Amino acid sequence: MYVSQLQLADYRSYASAHVVLEPGISTFIGPNGQGKTNLVEAIGYVATLGSHRVATDAPLVRQGAERAIVRAELVKDGRTALVELEINPGKANRARLNRSSATRPRDILGLLRTVLFAPEDLALVKGDPGERRRFLDELLIARAPRYAGVRSDYDRVLKQRNALLKSASARFFKQRAEPDLSTLDVWDDHLATAGAELLAARIGLVAELQPLVAKAYGELASSGGLPVLHYRGSAWPEGTEVPADRDRLAGLLRDALVQARPQELQRGVSLVGPHRDDLYLRLDELPAKGYASQGESWSYALALRLAGFELLRADGDDPVLILDDVFAELDAERRRRLAEHVRTAEQVLVSAAVPGDIPDELVGRRFRVQGGTVERE
Amino acid sequence: MYEGAVQNLIDELGRLPGVGPKSAQRIAFHLLSAETADVKRLVNALVEVKERVRFCAICGNVAEETECRICRDPRRDAAVICVVEESKDVVAIERTREFRGRYHVLGGAISPIEGVGPDDLRIKELMTRLSDGQITELILATDPNLEGEATATYLARLVKPMGLKVTRLASGLPVGGDLEYADEVTLGRAFEGRRSLEF
Ligand SMILES: Nc1ncnc2c1ncn2[C@@H]1O[C@H](COP(=O)(O)OP(=O)(O)O)[C@@H](O)[C@H]1O
Ligand SMILES: [Mg+2]
Ligand SMILES: [Zn+2]
Repeated sequence: MYVSQLQLADYRSYASAHVVLEPGISTFIGPNGQGKTNLVEAIGYVATLGSHRVATDAPLVRQGAERAIVRAELVKDGRTALVELEINPGKANRARLNRSSATRPRDILGLLRTVLFAPEDLALVKGDPGERRRFLDELLIARAPRYAGVRSDYDRVLKQRNALLKSASARFFKQRAEPDLSTLDVWDDHLATAGAELLAARIGLVAELQPLVAKAYGELASSGGLPVLHYRGSAWPEGTEVPADRDRLAGLLRDALVQARPQELQRGVSLVGPHRDDLYLRLDELPAKGYASQGESWSYALALRLAGFELLRADGDDPVLILDDVFAELDAERRRRLAEHVRTAEQVLVSAAVPGDIPDELVGRRFRVQGGTVERE
Repeated sequence: MYEGAVQNLIDELGRLPGVGPKSAQRIAFHLLSAETADVKRLVNALVEVKERVRFCAICGNVAEETECRICRDPRRDAAVICVVEESKDVVAIERTREFRGRYHVLGGAISPIEGVGPDDLRIKELMTRLSDGQITELILATDPNLEGEATATYLARLVKPMGLKVTRLASGLPVGGDLEYADEVTLGRAFEGRRSLEF
């Protein structure tokens, strides 16, 4: 698939912009702070209904404006679809598909699939577990949009359960009153059911990613080393391999919740479940985080993204590849290898501050980005 | 801001559920220009509802007497109770004409975020009703969302020792919806949760 048109109104630094795109490679060149990332972020928003840079919508609306509008025309197998999103911070966002307004934003999920490489990707390797959980969940949702529902159900259970734990522990410590735990069992049950569905999907995904990450890493990295992915669950002992079996996982979660209950009541938060897990990344025997060199970490992060791309591609339709200012971070050899890997995608959007950052393999149609305008050269 | 009386009215209307400031203003000016007799009728309806309507002593549904119309109706099956969150759910189920038993209105659902626990719902009253031995089936018709599910699970566990037949309304794709127009999330989950049909 590819994006054939992008229109922005009051999105970030853009008062209004209209960009006509084609399949193949397009590059966006402009000095820093001119709106390159803002542009590709908007395309990512159509795919995931979220920004890769910020957790809330407020910063996406241009300073002083009330709402932002992102309109994208998508082409898939020769058929076009027009997606329009109205971003209203603090209120419900609105979505239209092919000019019909009877669409909820989440109906848009799955229409556009993107894989976005950004300088922040290094955090996949060096950052907190939350970065890696987000990587897995976003990939799950891109492959099967129903996981957006699974994820939000789980988050809701967690919120309810935490509220109960918090009030129970407050009552216990302040008033020395026995906490009312009659409903905690019910929330445990729901956490185990919703959590197991998410866990099974994540564990299955990690198994699918493993060979693809190893292959991509081998092609990108100059030194050897085998990346090994391991899903580290909070509900079972370190180092255990757990199959992606929902009933089995729900059982493990239930047992772990029983074990953790005294501690949870003391601290007033849920200590077990997919929200506490990590995707543990190793290079041979050593953990990548804290051990891998800068270059190895970059290769690892890129390999994770490329593996995601290969998975989506294997589902039958190329996702749109976005490479936002990543080449400046890489040495010449990695640049060339990454370019080699991605140039066959149906649509590739590349941004860089100077043309020299872009490898020869990826020189395509060129756009200039400057002061909130985008122009074809 | 408008002068005294008008602004008061707008403020009061704005406190109603689902009425934002813009709608409050529109309704206020509609009332201002309406016939006095029409406004009087509305005022009377409001006063009357507060004076006459109360909650049924048995089921918690809205009623004009001590007991509601359904609880007083001898033709309704006294052996089956359908548990719902709100009185408006009673109205919705009555419209289907599928159900001939009686109701129990909880007054909400368990939601720790909003500080609603079992003690804030009419669960004790339900247990009292169930203890008289007349009731054989309990239908849990709380909302098909997380809080409704949690409330249903809680009740199912609570009444388990009583050995009643306990059922839950089937949920999934919205009834009357077209499969084609169901969103991917709902449809995906419906597939995931599909049951085999027995003939
Ligand atoms: N909500 C907003 N309203 C107005 N300007 C914004 C908003 N968000 C970001 N910007 C501006 O956008 C610019 C950053 O654009 P960006 O796309 O990140 O640049 P780059 O071309 O380096 O990728 C900054 O100058 C920032 O002030
Ligand atoms: Mg940038
Ligand atoms: Zn009644």
